[in-house]
Amino acid sequence: MIPQLLDGTLVLVVVVLAWRALNDRDLFRGVIEFIALGLLLAMAWLRLRAPDLALAEAAVGSGLTGALILSALVRMRRREQAAAGQTAGGATGPRGEARGKNHSRMVLGALSLAMLGILAWAALSLPAKSPGLTAEALARLPDSGVTNPVTAVLLNFRAYDTLLEIGVLLLAIVGVWALRRGDWPAADLRERLLLLSLLRWVLPLLAVGAGYLLWIGASAPGGAFQGGALLAGALLLALLSGLGKRLLWRERLIRTGLTLGVLVFGVAGAVALGWTGGLLQYPTGQAGAWILVIEAAALVSIGLTLGLLYLGGRPEEK
Amino acid sequence: MSFLDFLSALLLVPALFFFVAGTVALLRFPDLYSRLHALTKADNVGLGFAVLALMLRAENGVEVFKLALIWGLVLAASSTVCFLIGQEAVRRGLKPWTRQSP
Amino acid sequence: MSTVFLTAALALLLTIVLGLAQVFRQAGRADSLLAAILFGTTGVAVVLLLGKALGIPGAVDVALVFASLAAVLGVAFVLRGWPPDDFPTDHRP
Repeated sequence: MIPQLLDGTLVLVVVVLAWRALNDRDLFRGVIEFIALGLLLAMAWLRLRAPDLALAEAAVGSGLTGALILSALVRMRRREQAAAGQTAGGATGPRGEARGKNHSRMVLGALSLAMLGILAWAALSLPAKSPGLTAEALARLPDSGVTNPVTAVLLNFRAYDTLLEIGVLLLAIVGVWALRRGDWPAADLRERLLLLSLLRWVLPLLAVGAGYLLWIGASAPGGAFQGGALLAGALLLALLSGLGKRLLWRERLIRTGLTLGVLVFGVAGAVALGWTGGLLQYPTGQAGAWILVIEAAALVSIGLTLGLLYLGGRPEEK
Repeated sequence: MSFLDFLSALLLVPALFFFVAGTVALLRFPDLYSRLHALTKADNVGLGFAVLALMLRAENGVEVFKLALIWGLVLAASSTVCFLIGQEAVRRGLKPWTRQSP
Repeated sequence: MSTVFLTAALALLLTIVLGLAQVFRQAGRADSLLAAILFGTTGVAVVLLLGKALGIPGAVDVALVFASLAAVLGVAFVLRGWPPDDFPTDHRP
């Protein structure tokens, strides 16, 4: 009885929150609803006995993304206000704008429907009863160098997927940097002594936590992405409080850090290709060490990327 | 049910009470300051009792340590954030609620 | 014993639902954020209780990650996300 009630409540609240987060007229409230949604999704994943996903949702889904959307909202409002100041009483036809919006909405709707059709077709064309690859993956687990099956798949069996994902992150930050210069959110810490005293021990703790998640990823839920999110949280707190200012002036260091994941991953792939003849096919018996090195490099890049995205542009002195 | 189990279940009662109290405070208290005050205290006490209950049932010492760390982190984070919000509200000129005010 | 933990998790989930009412009705910015912080603390407890009830050892790490990042949202709100034109003046009767 209790489990059913719990599941029912979770499902109901998740659906209602997702709907409200997308459709709330007050965007700020929408952000809050999105953050709450992240929290409930983590619970739902846990209930489905998928702690790996719950951990990823906890790390990236609610806190970091919430702060990111919140800052985007503030920036958006500022731009709106500036625009309203410029064209006060302006004669831009709201009607034509609305029609254009309707048009693009219809196109978007049609595209979404087409996508749905393709996905439905793909799902329906699958064999009805498929054994999946679980048994095969679990059988080869002892060769993978780690004991956590999720890490084994991500960093060994299908390592090229992860390589491309880290490449996507790099592309994202390059795109953001190309668009505009980031604005500088630093606060005056002399007025906020309590915050400073919190950051003094929370920042190092977050760095230790990132290392812990990276290390434990070999045998339990954890890994570079989750650890990177903790690192990004530390970076975000440092940026907000102005402690990270000095770091940002060292541009070359930052650029190296951002590309480190792709670099190390790529070099490891090339070396493995020359050694064993397969791309990212690690030498027998050494897979664990290779995975640890690659993940450590990826951790740095992921943390820097997620944290620096918050600036909304490239860091430059004004 | 062993004695530890019983004690653990017993500790969950005040935990629930304080969490419910925090939610009621959020819904019913008259202004931002009182809600801040109630929330960040009641909730953290509730979490403390829940953590204690779970500590009694922990598998090993590492888990006990992690539970203590979790409580400490939440405690420090929410009291700091509470102070920051309150400070900012004062700076923006929000008057605290009194019985006489409209 | 796991039923006890599961029941407690359900009860805490219901307090989150109650707190959502605060967000859904027209609350001030800071109040909505307060509700989110409340969800965070309650959520940590729910994750821990669920993990214990279902016997998932990784749940403690999930709660640890939530707790580590607990400060991020509130700090980001006060230092950057609180619109300057938003004066919290809601005194409820």
